This record gives sequence, C-alpha cells and structure tokens, in this order.
Amino acid sequence: MIEIKIAVCIKQVPGTTEIKIDPQTNTLIREGIENIINPFDAYAIEEGVRIRERFSSGEVEVIALTMGPPQSREILKEAISVGVDSAILLSDRAFAGADTWATSTTLAKAINKIGDCRLIILGKQTLDGDTGQVGPELAQRLGIPFIGYASSILEINRNKMKVKRLMEDRYETFEINLPAAISVVKDINTPRVPSLRGKMKAKSVEIPVWDAKQLEADEDEVGLSGSYTQVVKIFTPKIKHEIKMIEGSPGEQVEQLYKELKELNVI
Amino acid sequence: MEIKVNEETCTGCNLCKKVCLYDAIEIVDGKAVINENCVFCGACIEVCKLNSIEITGLKEEQKDFSDYSGVCVYLEANGDRIADVGFELVSEGKKLADQLGVKLSAVAIGSSIEKSALEAFQYGLDKLYFIDSPVFSDNLDDIFAKALVQVITRYKPEIFLAGATWFGRTLIPKVAAILKTGLTADCTGLAIDEEKKILLQTRPTFGGNILATIITRNARPQMATVRPHVMEKKKIMEDKGDYKDRIEYIEIDEKKFKSKYKLLGIEKELNENINITDYDVIVSGGRGLGGSEKFSMIKELAGLLGGVVGASRAAVDSGWISYPHQVGQTGKTVNPKLYIACGISGAIQHLAGMQTSDIIIAINKDPSAPIFKVANYGIVGDIFEVVPMLIKRLRDGKPLV
Ligand SMILES: Cc1cc2nc3c(=O)[nH]c(=O)nc-3n(C[C@H](O)[C@H](O)[C@H](O)COP(=O)(O)OP(=O)(O)OC[C@H]3O[C@@H](n4cnc5c(N)ncnc54)[C@H](O)[C@@H]3O)c2cc1C
Ligand SMILES: Cc1cc2nc3c(=O)[nH]c(=O)nc-3n(C[C@H](O)[C@H](O)[C@H](O)COP(=O)(O)OP(=O)(O)OC[C@H]3O[C@@H](n4cnc5c(N)ncnc54)[C@H](O)[C@@H]3O)c2cc1C
Ligand code: SF4
Ligand code: SF4
Repeated sequence: MIEIKIAVCIKQVPGTTEIKIDPQTNTLIREGIENIINPFDAYAIEEGVRIRERFSSGEVEVIALTMGPPQSREILKEAISVGVDSAILLSDRAFAGADTWATSTTLAKAINKIGDCRLIILGKQTLDGDTGQVGPELAQRLGIPFIGYASSILEINRNKMKVKRLMEDRYETFEINLPAAISVVKDINTPRVPSLRGKMKAKSVEIPVWDAKQLEADEDEVGLSGSYTQVVKIFTPKIKHEIKMIEGSPGEQVEQLYKELKELNVI
Repeated sequence: MEIKVNEETCTGCNLCKKVCLYDAIEIVDGKAVINENCVFCGACIEVCKLNSIEITGLKEEQKDFSDYSGVCVYLEANGDRIADVGFELVSEGKKLADQLGVKLSAVAIGSSIEKSALEAFQYGLDKLYFIDSPVFSDNLDDIFAKALVQVITRYKPEIFLAGATWFGRTLIPKVAAILKTGLTADCTGLAIDEEKKILLQTRPTFGGNILATIITRNARPQMATVRPHVMEKKKIMEDKGDYKDRIEYIEIDEKKFKSKYKLLGIEKELNENINITDYDVIVSGGRGLGGSEKFSMIKELAGLLGGVVGASRAAVDSGWISYPHQVGQTGKTVNPKLYIACGISGAIQHLAGMQTSDIIIAINKDPSAPIFKVANYGIVGDIFEVVPMLIKRLRDGKPLV
C-alpha cells in the first residue's frame, strides 16, 4: 500500500547560457536557446526518488507535475527517465501569464485532485521568473507548513519529517508534521543520469493532461486573469562598463591595484 | 484574454521573434503569429516599433483602494539587531512616501530588538509598530507571517516592503498569500507612477540579463521584497532619543502564536563565515585555485580586507569549499562593495550572482576570460603570484616596487 505520496513540482525554462544582447537595439536575442528543466527542479526530482528508495517497494509513490504549454511534456518525460513513477501535465491556454499566486492556485488544485499528497517538493527558484515564491504561496494555499532551502532530509515517515534548511549563515533543523512542502537547494543531493530502463519507460509513458475544466478552475482565478502582478515592461540593463587593465610585472600590478583600492577607500 | 498581432500594421520584421525567449512567435506569410508557448511576458510588445502586438480582454476590475494609505517597511531582525536592509528600505520608503504625500511606517517583530529598531527614526520613519515577545526569538516563519498579517490588515498600507533575504523570501510570500495580494520578488528599483499613483517594481530576471517592471493589479497592499545593499541608507536626522509617541506597541495573545515548526537545532560553522551576503568585501576563488588547501590564501586575503570567502560552483563541486560560499545562479546573489575573482572564468551563471557588485576585480591568467567583461579592474596574471604579493602588500604596508 502507498504510505507516502510525493508530488514534485517542476518547470520548463529557457536555458540562459546562450542569451545574447543585440548591441544595436539593446534587446535580447534568443538564438538556439534550449528549453531545459529548471536546474533546482532536478534536485527536487532526485530527492523524491531517493525518499522512495528509503522505503520498501510500493510504499512511496512519486508524481511529477508541471504547469506549462504542451511542450513542457518533455521535462515530465525526463523526470520519468530518472525514476519518477508518473507525471501529470497541467496545460490550458487559460493558465498562460500566471504570476506566482495564480501558479500556486493551479498547482494547489492539481495537488488536491491527486489527493493525499504527504510531501510536495519544489526547487529553490527558477531560472526565468526567479522569484522562489511558488513554494511558500502553494503551501499557504494548501494550509500546510513550508520549509525553504532544504539541504537534507534527516528522517521521514507518513506523519512527520526532520529536515535541515540552509540559511545565509546557518543550518536550522526542524521537525514538522506532514503533509508539508519543501524547496530544495543544490546541496541536497547529486541527481542521477537516466537509466536505459527509465528512458524506455519515458518513451512509452502516457502523460495525462489536466486543463482548467478538469481542475474546476474558473478562468478568472488562473493565468494572467487570476494574477495580482503583471509584467508591464521588459528591458535589458544598460551596462556602462569600463575596465581598467592593470599591466606590468606582478609586483607593479599589485602596487597599482593597491593604489586604486586606496583611492576608492575600500582599504 | 488573448495576445494578438495586428495584421494590418505588422511588417514581419522578425524583431519580436528574436526577443521572445519562449519560442512563441513564428513569422507566417510575412506576419508574426503567436503560439501557445506564450507566457505573456510582454517582451515582444515592448520591442515592436509599430505597436502591432497587444494583450486584450484582460478584465480590470475597478476596485476602490482608498482605505489603503501609506508606505510600510518590515524591519527584519538578525539576533538583537535590525538587519541593514531594513534601514535601507526606510530610506527608500521615505522617498516613495514623500512622492505620494503619505506617511511612512515600519514593523519590527522580535525580542530585545527595540534599541536597534528605534534607529529607524533617524532614516525618516514616522511611526513604528512594535511587537515585542519572546515567542519571536527564532525564525519560525508561520508565526511571523501571522503577526505581519495582523499589522497589515489593521493599518492597511498601500505599499509594503521587506528585505529579499533568505528568511524574507520565504516569509513574505506567505504573508502575500494570506492577504491575497501580489508580490514582486527581489526588486532592485522602485518608483511611483506619477499619474496612476501606483508602485513600479523593477527586478532582474534571467540571471540579471533582463530587467522587468511589474505592477500589482486588483489588490492591495502592493508588496515587494527588495535586494539587500541596493538601496542607499541615509540618516536624515539626529537621534532625538524620545520617540514614545511615535511607537505603537502591539500586544499579542502569545497562546495564539504557537508555531507548527519545531526547531530542533541551529548549527553555525564556527571557524568560517558563510554569511557572505552580509559583507562589503568578498574574495572568491575558482577552479584556477586547483585545490582546497589553496583556499587558505583566499581566506587570508579576505581577512585582511575585512571580508569573506566566496567561490565558483566549480570550486564547490570539487569539494574545496562548502556550498554556502557559492556565488551565482544556483548559489547566492551577492552585492558587495568589492568583489575579487581569483581564477574564475566568469561563466554567465557565476556573473548572475555578482555582476551588480560595486567594484569587481578580476585576476586571471587568460586575457580572454569573460570575467573581464564585467570587471572594473583586470589583472592578467597568475593568482599564485599576484595574490600572495597582494597579501604581503596589505600586511606589511610596504611598497613592492
Ligand atoms: C520577467 C518575469 C518576472 C516575473 N516576476 C514575478 C514577480 O515578481 N512576482 C510574481 O508573482 N510573478 C512573477 N513572474 C511570474 C512567474 O515567473 C510565474 O508565476 C511562474 O509561473 C512561477 O514563478 P517562478 O518562475 O518565479 O517560480 P519560483 O517561485 O522561482 O519557483 C520555485 C519552484 O516552484 C515550482 N514551480 C514554479 N513554477 C512552476 C510551474 N509552472 N509548474 C510546476 N512547478 C512550478 C518549481 O519547483 C520551482 O523550482 C514573473 C515572470 C516573468 C517572465
Ligand atoms: C544550471 C547551471 C547553474 C550553474 N550555477 C552556477 C553558480 O551558481 N555559480 C557558479 O560559479 N557557476 C555555476 N555554474 C557553472 C558555470 O557554468 C561554470 O562552470 C563555473 O562557474 C566555472 O567555475 P570557474 O570559473 O571556477 O572554473 P573555470 O571555468 O574552469 O575557470 C577557471 C579559470 O581560472 C583561470 N586560471 C587557472 N589557473 C590560473 C592561475 N594559476 N592564475 C590565474 N588564473 C587561472 C583560467 O584561465 C580560467 O578562466 C552553473 C552551471 C549550470 C549549467
Ligand atoms: S516586431 Fe512588430 S512588426 Fe515586427 S514582426 Fe513583430 S509584430 Fe510584426
Ligand atoms: S509575450 Fe513574451 S512569451 Fe509571449 S510572444 Fe511575446 S515575448 Fe514571447
């Protein structure tokens, strides 16, 4: 019997390594930017799978969820290939333009529809929106505790978990009752590469799609219509950048640098 | 709600397709066509010179927000001190409040922080709401959220600002979710739209490559977390010492503030400082260091400059230094006055975490390393020569040449 059902929330994002700025128009050029699984979410998936591995077979079920356009199916397949049991795609034109509030509304409805999720694992933040707000807002909507920046799950059973979180200057260990939600940092594990079996499964797996109707969501509560924030302008920062190269022998370089630092009052 | 291209005016110039990061625009028969990948980010709307793209059908309820007034700032405490970002926000909040012609207030929650909180008056605060109770001696997000919600619902500020610290970034979303309002994350710029009297919240995204301006629609307060060290803190008056009539002590029923979180323990790394976001000087080491023992020279340099040690992911992943030191997209975002990068190439994910530093010094043996693109001072050289010399120069105080 399934003791613990775990939902892992993941997002597809444009990989930022290739972003270039057109110097003439000062705009962004998307050229060959690949869509990837949000980097932190790979750690969330891995942690879900690792928790399952702590238990006997069949006791833990890990379900991956994403809200996004139809092409986000790809990252769910990736999740399957590294060991997630099943996946659900939340996709509807009405979900587009969601801020973190509307995103958490949609995710909360899906999690309630799945039913009896004991743990929800998210990434610390995304590459694109980069807010880190979906986790705490989702937990609040579900009325469950949230621990951000989880760096280690020390103990877990159906009703309780001990989890360590990383803050700027310390680690804090908490005990919380489940159901609960956590977001993970990179420190928590090292994600595995897909197995051959996993890849085969990902190829053939059926991924159900839930739309607004299936989630019983009003158009007014999801997507841009259901959002409290709206992006009104996007622009590239004007970088006024000047570099002073310090030449000479290492001794001269250091002496010159020392003088510059003195002038700037930093030493 | 829809995003539409006006076929009459669109010339198929391709500009919008180029800027769309979500692969949502195709040019079909000389016209832009937007597909289901669109996330309504607005980048294409901004860039189209012919104003051919428009979002339509967005319902704007005309809500009356006239009972919301004033700017309110959260003074997050760190131990018995208010964190600097709190005072930075009071200074920034003062500007916004003056522009709107409203009052500036602040909330402080904690135990034994009163003395430090009073300092906020020197930055231009009109009123302090103060909750003083030992139940707030640990970072228990849920009861802090409850307390903030109480203050906000009672005093109804139109704008609420908090520091984008790690605690703030998990606490404030909870508050926003309880209040059912929007929250803009990690802002680096705030302004008032003169005409509409609303808050324009600007924040970096995509690793700092893009700035987005965000508004809060249909809800109040307009809430934002603000990146530490970005706003300038400025004392505008002398300490008057007596602020009694400007402090409102809020009594809480402690029994109702029982956290669902049981804090079992706190660990701090005793012999090294990992709170790198809090320092004015960061000296970072990368793969160029070649091993963990080489970090001792980075530590020594940082120590001489009164700073802390940062690292690239390559150094962290090699196990030379612990993860809390990592700077970058999957580590910490830092903003010091001085950032020294030693043997770091400057990959975009690293730059995302440090490029807003005031002064960047790069030391790298490869003159084409991308780190030089963001540095203010560049030294092409061997870190094993340059760094020890700099240490010697700082320590001995004697000129090298
Ligand atoms: C330029 C720009 C700026 C924005 N700024 C803001 C802002 O300041 N405030 C705001 O409210 N919204 C903002 N948004 C909207 C926001 O990006 C979206 O709401 C997005 O769907 C989720 O937020 P995030 O990407 O910040 O996720 P985060 O909160 O950073 O994500 C944390 C974790 O939540 C999970 N998660 C996030 N999105 C999904 C998803 N779609 N499906 C499943 N799991 C998910 C993942 O586990 C992820 O690691 C912005 C959008 C853009 C394009
Ligand atoms: C999704 C994702 C997230 C990431 N997040 C982060 C992040 O948060 N932070 C981060 O830092 N990286 C991150 N990275 C990794 C990033 O892409 C780079 O791989 C990493 O920053 C490289 O670290 P480095 O500069 O130390 O190493 P390298 O790129 O190997 O550079 C080493 C540099 O040292 C110089 N050097 C070598 N020896 C000497 C010497 N004796 N004297 C002087 N110079 C010398 C070399 O010329 C070279 O430029 C991320 C990558 C991905 C894909
Ligand atoms: S930028 Fe404007 S004119 Fe050019 S293709 Fe896009 S919509 Fe058409
Ligand atoms: S709004 Fe953003 S995602 Fe949609 S088409 Fe325009 S640029 Fe692309």
